[in-house]
Amino acid sequence: MIKRVRWGLWLLVVLALTLFALFAIQLSRPKDNFVHSGMIGKPIPEFALKPAVDDRPGLSSADLAQGEPHLLNIFASWCVPCAAEAPQLAELEAQGANIVSVAIRDRPEDVRAFLDMYGNPYSRIGADDLSEVQFAIGSSGVPETFVVDGKGVIQYQHIGDIREDDVPMLLEKLKGAGQ
Amino acid sequence: MIAEIGLAALWLAFALALLQLAAGVMAVNNPDTPLAALVRPVASVQAVLCALAFGALLLLFARTDLSVSLVAANSHSAKPLIFKLAGAWGNHEGSMLLWVTVMAIAGGLIAIIERRLPERTMIATLSAQAFVGLGFYAFLLFSSNPFERLPQPVPEGMGLNPLLQDIGLAFHPPTLYFGYVGLSVAFSFAVGALITRQVTPDFARVMRPWILGAWIFLTLGITAGSYWAYYELGWGGWWFWDPVENASLMPWLAATALLHSVSVLASRDALRTWTIMLGVVAFSMSMIGTFLVRSGILTSVHAFAVDPERGSFILALLAIYIGGALVLFALRANTVAEGQRFSIVSREGALVVNNVALSAILGIVLLGTLYPLFTEAFGVKVSVGPPYFNPVSAIFVVPMLVVLCVGPLLRWRHDSMKRIRPSLITVGLAVLAALAAALIIGGTDLLPFIGILLSAGVAVGSLLPLRGRSLRRLPLAVWGMVVAHFGIAVALFGMAADSAFTQEELVAAQIGQSTTVGPWSVTLDDVEPIAGPNWTALEGRLLVSYKGGALYELDPQSRNFWTPFQQTSESALLTRWNGQLYAVIGDDAGQGRWQLRLWWKPFVTWIWYGGVLIALGGFLSLIGRVAVDLRRRSAERRIAQRHEEAVS
Amino acid sequence: MARVLSLLAVLAVLLGALPLQAQNDLPPAPYAYKQLDDPAQEAAAQKLMETLRCLKCQSQSIADSDAPMAGDMRHQVRSRIAAGEDPEAIRSWLIDRYGDYVSYAPRVTATTWPLFALPLVLLALGLLIMLRRFGGPK
Repeated sequence: MIKRVRWGLWLLVVLALTLFALFAIQLSRPKDNFVHSGMIGKPIPEFALKPAVDDRPGLSSADLAQGEPHLLNIFASWCVPCAAEAPQLAELEAQGANIVSVAIRDRPEDVRAFLDMYGNPYSRIGADDLSEVQFAIGSSGVPETFVVDGKGVIQYQHIGDIREDDVPMLLEKLKGAGQ
Repeated sequence: MIAEIGLAALWLAFALALLQLAAGVMAVNNPDTPLAALVRPVASVQAVLCALAFGALLLLFARTDLSVSLVAANSHSAKPLIFKLAGAWGNHEGSMLLWVTVMAIAGGLIAIIERRLPERTMIATLSAQAFVGLGFYAFLLFSSNPFERLPQPVPEGMGLNPLLQDIGLAFHPPTLYFGYVGLSVAFSFAVGALITRQVTPDFARVMRPWILGAWIFLTLGITAGSYWAYYELGWGGWWFWDPVENASLMPWLAATALLHSVSVLASRDALRTWTIMLGVVAFSMSMIGTFLVRSGILTSVHAFAVDPERGSFILALLAIYIGGALVLFALRANTVAEGQRFSIVSREGALVVNNVALSAILGIVLLGTLYPLFTEAFGVKVSVGPPYFNPVSAIFVVPMLVVLCVGPLLRWRHDSMKRIRPSLITVGLAVLAALAAALIIGGTDLLPFIGILLSAGVAVGSLLPLRGRSLRRLPLAVWGMVVAHFGIAVALFGMAADSAFTQEELVAAQIGQSTTVGPWSVTLDDVEPIAGPNWTALEGRLLVSYKGGALYELDPQSRNFWTPFQQTSESALLTRWNGQLYAVIGDDAGQGRWQLRLWWKPFVTWIWYGGVLIALGGFLSLIGRVAVDLRRRSAERRIAQRHEEAVS
Repeated sequence: MARVLSLLAVLAVLLGALPLQAQNDLPPAPYAYKQLDDPAQEAAAQKLMETLRCLKCQSQSIADSDAPMAGDMRHQVRSRIAAGEDPEAIRSWLIDRYGDYVSYAPRVTATTWPLFALPLVLLALGLLIMLRRFGGPK
């Protein structure tokens, strides 16, 4: 009986040490604050969005399954990092990426002003006023960029603004999706 | 100059703590050494020096000395004095200094007044206290120096966070620290008793006021924090099972268990090892809570300045103190002699049920809080929230409260259910009445339903110990118990009623439009812009009346702060004895309409009234215990005196 | 990191023309701040919303948040419930997209079973302690 009790007490010590080890592990590595989409490897859900501005067509899921891979950029005119990634999107477009986009909770005139100021790398812009498409593809914020292959299957999700060093990686992913 | 004096005092206190530990360790092993006489005075001087350091920091904040880095980062010359002072502990470094100061003062107090325990146990306790203090001194001096000077004084301070300039928030954190520090004293006593293997009823009586004091502060801190979240966050929720809330709840659960087990030890000399273990666990929970809140490894709605380096330091302290204490406990627990036996139907038996249940609830809260962290280590994110905590903890809360209805009526050591049958019937009738009422009103979920029945049972059961006793001659400690237990019934009823009967009305109202929520009719009379010192707001004027009675005015605001840009809802509350009307004004909904959120929350305020009653019960009990101790002490002195006179 | 921060600071100044609050200019989704007409459906929606985590907040449910994204999610929940969808189906739909993180009600899975097993162990342990203490020969 006494021996068993002592066993339990040492178990308590081991439990506490395990807990501290867990704390140490979590402290020592950067916290992953992103919520990753569960839709990677799945076909993009069906949707059809009206155009967000008058000089670009809207976006539907069918547009993404025409054989050509796309970058799908989730953005909004009210989002500061979206402006920060504009040069990188321009560079991606210059290198041959076909970029389509979804504008989240935005007014046409605000999108217009944003594009006039930072350039327009998009071939299509759908207006997602209720974040419906955002939810459907498992995106949890702006900006995010998805790689969608020619069959409309989501291959990759980039969370946050695109930095300069992300450009070659995204081109690589896009190339991979085209094969 | 003040900063330098403060820093010097802190270094001296650190050195004295080192001396206290060294002298104490030697004296414990060799009681005849003259060093033993050094421990108590050193502890008192250390307390004075530490208080001096904290006083220096208060002075720096009062004068807004902008050459000190901490003041420049957290204060502003235009703040009202009270918020300048509160700024001294409204940041990491200052709050740690406050913590260590309160701890040093507690140590000094014990050193000066406590004479009941064997001297060797006292020295071991004061050494443990010095050992814990050393870690915090080191933390301050080596990684969070509050007195650091800037190379160049700045023209104006940065900190004027408007949200933190709230009188409640200014005093909320110190309340919790007092609780944590009280538990650190209990921890030191537990370690001291383990070292000398002297776990006696006297030891429990010495430890009890510290536990009671800590528990009162923790109860008040949690109650106030919950009310703050309720009115400030603007959605009418009062408990979210958020990690930071759980971090404050866990030490409270452990302290509550400890409070009850220490009573058994003091009155009946039973549950010796269990009480020691709870003493270790309660302080561990305070440390783990502090770690979780400050290291930022958990995501929480309550914003805190977080820093992984500080996290590592606290973690190291955790490992040393908690790990060390548990190892000591495992080595020594079997050598502490088993206490008195008792049967299940007895006061002790009921208190064991209380202790087992509280420990299990503590385990569940700890598990649910840390589990997301655990899965994250393997790259999986999960969330654990109310749908888990409520039902799972209810498995233990329900039997605990059932036992609470009758436990205080039982006699120590051995009793029979037959003897308390009339009381059982009274409690049963109360529950039946509540059942009938709940069935007539209807429409509640299972948990609130059980909550209402139990609150009726506990309310009646908690008052039964008063029956047949002279209320005037009843000891204060018994009054304390009755009030605290009744407070639990009150709080429980508030919680159950709020989740069962809250009525919500969301409406986009035009000026002049009326709506109803529960028994209230609400008219949006006007909306106008107003400006504050660093915000603009839309203020709605609502005219409300309860069941067609008198008109009252409510003025909820939607505030926009501009540095940094932040939108907050200032809810407006109208309190009646039977609940609160909670009104929030939101955005312009277009076409001249305004978004209103209205709730009628029956009996919601009882949650916090209950919390205050619980703390009040603890306070009565504390006064009663201390008064009895003082009386006993002076009686002993008189006897000793008479004895001396007789001899001479 | 410092470079990025200063860039953001510059951008924030440049963006002065574009109001940051633009987020709030678009009126909230129809059912973000509006209850369903059927009280039973509204109650079901409320119950579900209280257990869904707001993705843009630190740790709040979508029923307790003013974040626009939480409002849009409330709209999703209410309109799906109004269309007759089962609350648990909506929850699974969201878990498919955001993982178990989005739901405050953990499911029993390969990763979460200890959450449910350990309380049972605690219960057994508690009963065992009582039995040992009191069950033996008097």
